[in-house]
Amino acid sequence: MTEYINLKTPLSDSDVEKLEAGDKVRISGILYTARDAAHKRLMEIIESGKDLPFDLKGQLIYYVGPSPAKPGQVIGSAGPTTSYRMDTYTPAFIKMGLKGTIGKGNRSQEVIEAMKEYKAVYLAAVGGTAALIAKTIRKVRIIAFEDLGPEAIRELEVYNFPAIVVNDTKGNDLYNIGSDKYKIPS
Amino acid sequence: MRQINTEEITDTIEKICIDANYNLGEDLITSLRNALDKEESPLGKEVIKQLLENAEIGKNEQVPVCQDTGYAVVFVEIGQNVMIEGQSLQEAINEGIRRGYKNGYLRKSIVRSPLDRVNTGDNTPAVIHTDIVPGDKLKITFIAKGGGCENMSRTAMLTPAQGRNGVINFVVETVKTAGANPCPPIIVGVGLGGTFEYASLLSKKAILRSVGSHNKDSNIAHLEDELLEKINKLGIGPQGFGGRITALAVHIETYPCHIASLPVAVNIECHSHRPKSVVI
Repeated sequence: MTEYINLKTPLSDSDVEKLEAGDKVRISGILYTARDAAHKRLMEIIESGKDLPFDLKGQLIYYVGPSPAKPGQVIGSAGPTTSYRMDTYTPAFIKMGLKGTIGKGNRSQEVIEAMKEYKAVYLAAVGGTAALIAKTIRKVRIIAFEDLGPEAIRELEVYNFPAIVVNDTKGNDLYNIGSDKYKIPS
Repeated sequence: MRQINTEEITDTIEKICIDANYNLGEDLITSLRNALDKEESPLGKEVIKQLLENAEIGKNEQVPVCQDTGYAVVFVEIGQNVMIEGQSLQEAINEGIRRGYKNGYLRKSIVRSPLDRVNTGDNTPAVIHTDIVPGDKLKITFIAKGGGCENMSRTAMLTPAQGRNGVINFVVETVKTAGANPCPPIIVGVGLGGTFEYASLLSKKAILRSVGSHNKDSNIAHLEDELLEKINKLGIGPQGFGGRITALAVHIETYPCHIASLPVAVNIECHSHRPKSVVI
């Protein structure tokens, strides 16, 4: 339970295929932030056939809208937001080469199927540990949609960012595995 | 008549919205420590330890414990012998929120309209509930309500025939459907009775009680215990990774209702439970 798998972004198919639901990972490299409003705009760009503000291939998207940085801070608090709201958009991004998403909470069957077919993973960060997670973020740069404020797309440089594999490329789901193990029939 | 100037109200709001977002209450911390003892899942224990560590960072470094610093929901109990002077109460509260969210480096999470979704940029307006009560004091309660857990809340108009079992099924099913989404371990606020809108308000007021406290009515207190036990048998656990502690507490508030109705509302609160009260 205490072993961590170190991941360095960008990720290849074989990097993500090694991961299994329940594995603990520490991510270093670049993460791109995007949540509700940014996803809507990214989808509009894809539909119009233009280039996205960043290449999705091999990358991880982190669902987060950080709080503002205090003087001296790199970033404010930065924990995950609930992922299902992005389910509408995620399969299209995965088809374009996105290797994974980081958030919290359950994904739709469509997202899970896309992850199996195109080799991607869904990772959970611990929701509500935003001050703790912020300590793993070394650099921040807004790369698109600055007008969206907390919802702007940011490029984060992270070191040992903690997450756990919820959905692997084989269709396993930690949320089902975990609750089945501890469920008490009444 | 006791006079209270709205400047004092603005200052108070500014202070407590920052305080609530940086410093989690002792009742919550105690509840999380108890949950750590009871949790059997190693991963669940690890999550709770991280929550406690995160709470320490919030307090020691004076930073928000969660990046979602919430919708500002403000309850004001106004003593009927109080005269509020200055600007309008609503504007005084919103000015306090505006200052607190700016000066406290809190996230601005409010859009001006549900459909055009342009951020107001200062986290206003607050949702404000006022009550006129006896006395010459003014009690302000602020809660930073996260969007993720609020989204998992539900209201139902049950029939009287569905009764107690109907209420139990609806509450447990709501928590089950919410699964990992609302950041368990959660606090479950239940509003029982009243009308469609009043049940929802009661469910939010229920959340504001000290974590794990019981309703004064022993039958309702018993129902709180029964619901907590049933919810924690679901196995969802901390963050949904599986475990014994899905909810820290179930709080129920009730009100009389129509002979035709049994309204029930479930307001789900994440473990980043951030209320603060001040009496002026």
